[in-house]
Amino acid sequence: MLEPLVDTDGAPFWQYAAQGELRVQTCADCGEPRFPPRPCCPHCQSFASEWRPVSGRGRIWSYVVPHPPLLPDYAERAPYNVILVELADAPRIRLVGNLVREAGAPLDSLDPDRVRVGARVQVVFDPATGLPQWILERS
Amino acid sequence: MAGLKDATAIVGIGQTAFAKHLPEDERTLACRAVLAALDDAGISPDEVDALASYTMEETDEVELAKAVGFGDLTFFSKVGYGGGGSCATVAHLAAAIATGQATVGVAWRSRKRGSGPRPWKNTAVQLPTPAQWTRPFGLLRPVDEIALLARRYLHEYGATRDHLFNVALACRNRANQNPAAIMYDRPLTREMYMTARWISEPLCLFDNCLETDGALACVIVSSERARDCRRAPVYVHSAAQGLPAQHHGMVNYWNDDPLTGPAWTAARHLWKHADFTPQDVDVAQIYDAFTPLIPLSLEGYGFCARGEGGAFTEGGALEIGGRLPLNTGGGGLSEAYVHGFNLINEGVKQLRGTSTAQVPGASTCLVTAGEGVPTSALLLRT
Repeated sequence: MLEPLVDTDGAPFWQYAAQGELRVQTCADCGEPRFPPRPCCPHCQSFASEWRPVSGRGRIWSYVVPHPPLLPDYAERAPYNVILVELADAPRIRLVGNLVREAGAPLDSLDPDRVRVGARVQVVFDPATGLPQWILERS
Repeated sequence: MAGLKDATAIVGIGQTAFAKHLPEDERTLACRAVLAALDDAGISPDEVDALASYTMEETDEVELAKAVGFGDLTFFSKVGYGGGGSCATVAHLAAAIATGQATVGVAWRSRKRGSGPRPWKNTAVQLPTPAQWTRPFGLLRPVDEIALLARRYLHEYGATRDHLFNVALACRNRANQNPAAIMYDRPLTREMYMTARWISEPLCLFDNCLETDGALACVIVSSERARDCRRAPVYVHSAAQGLPAQHHGMVNYWNDDPLTGPAWTAARHLWKHADFTPQDVDVAQIYDAFTPLIPLSLEGYGFCARGEGGAFTEGGALEIGGRLPLNTGGGGLSEAYVHGFNLINEGVKQLRGTSTAQVPGASTCLVTAGEGVPTSALLLRT
C-alpha cells in the first residue's frame, strides 16, 4: 500500500496522526483552519500557524468504490470504499479516507452497501500505519 | 481597447490517424499533424513564428521547429493542467498575434496515451494533485477523483446514471458517423451501458474517455491575413482561462462549493467579451474525459441553472437536431482522447461546414477544455 508522500507543509498532520491525534493547520492570527496545509493563510496572509485538534467526527460527503485496473496492492482489495468526510468542526475540510469495520481493519473490511452519503463517522487510527481511518458512529 | 474579439482566426487544422497503438513516436506524430495543419492553411512552415502547447507535451519547441523547418520564433507558450490547457493554446496565440508579438501561430498536441504509460501508475511523484491526501487511501486515478464529485452531484441534484448515459450515447452516435473515430463501427446501447463493468462506482467503463495515440494541430493568423488563406476563416470570437479562488484541481474537495469549478470562472470572462449568449450557440465541443464533466460544464457555461445539467441531457438534447448538439466528432469518449485538441479541430470543421455530423448552418461553436482542473474555453464563429 502507498504511504503518504509527505511534504514540508503536510508533515505535522502525519506526525500527529501517528500519535493518534487528528489536527488541522489553523491560522495563528485569524483562527481560520485550512486544508491542505500551505505556507500562509489565504484569508489574512499570515505565515503564523498552529495545529489545532478537531473532534474527529464528521459526515460522509461522498464516496466511491474503485474497481481494477488499480495498483496491485489495491487491486487485491477491490472493490473497496473511499470516502470523503466533511469534518463537523470545519465543514470546508473534507478528508479522503476509508470506512472500516474497526481500527486497523483493511479498506475492504466493510460491505460497500453499508456506505451512505450523510452517514456520521468517527476517526480512528490504524495502529500499524498510523494513518487515520473512519468507523460508523454508534447511534 | 481593441481586445481579442474576432481579431484572429483558425485557418488550418491537421491530425494524424487515431488508434490504440500507432507505430510512430510522439515527435513524428507531432510533425505530421503540424505539417498537415499548415498545408490545410496554405502557409509555409518557414512563416511560422509562434507556438503554443501543453506543459505535458513531450515534443518541445526546439525539436519541432528544427524538424519541420519553422522560421525564427518570437513567441512560444505552454499551458499547464493537462487537458485544461487545450483551448488556452489557441487563446495564447490569439493574444500574441492580436498584440503584434507574432503573425503565424501553431498549436498542437501529440500523445501516445493509448500505447504509452498511464500517469497515475507512477507512485514516485506527487502527480498534479496533492497525492499525500488521497492516494494512500486508494483514491488513485483521475476517474476516482471525479467519481467522488459525481456521486455527490447525483445525490444532491437527483441526477441519474441515465443522464450520464445520454452523454456517452451522444458522443458514441457522432463517432459512429465519423470514419476517423476509434469507435466508428461500435454502436452503444443502454443495455451495454447499464451492464458495463465498474471502473469507480458510480462511474462505469463508458463514463471514461478512450486511451488513444494521435496528434492534432491548428494554425492561427490575424483576421486580416485569414481572408487570403485557402480555407474560410473560423474566428476566435472570445477566449478565456479559468482558475477559481480556492480551487484544488481534480480533488476540489476543500472549499465551500466543490460542485462549481473552473468552468464558471472561464464562462464569466468568455461571455463578458462575446456578442452572443449561450442560447445562440449552435454546437458545442465540451471536454469529456468523464461523462459527469458534461452536466457540470453545461451549468458552468450557462446553458442551464445549477443542478439542471443532468436534466438538460434528456429528450435527445445533445444529439443532432437537439438543443445543443455535443462533441460532433465523438469527443474524448468515442473519437479519440488527445487532451481535448480534437474538440478544437471539430469546432473548426463544424464552422467550415465539413463535419461528418454537420449541424446545418452552424455559425457559432463553444469549445471547452477540461473541467475539474484549471481550464480554458473558446467561442468560435464564422
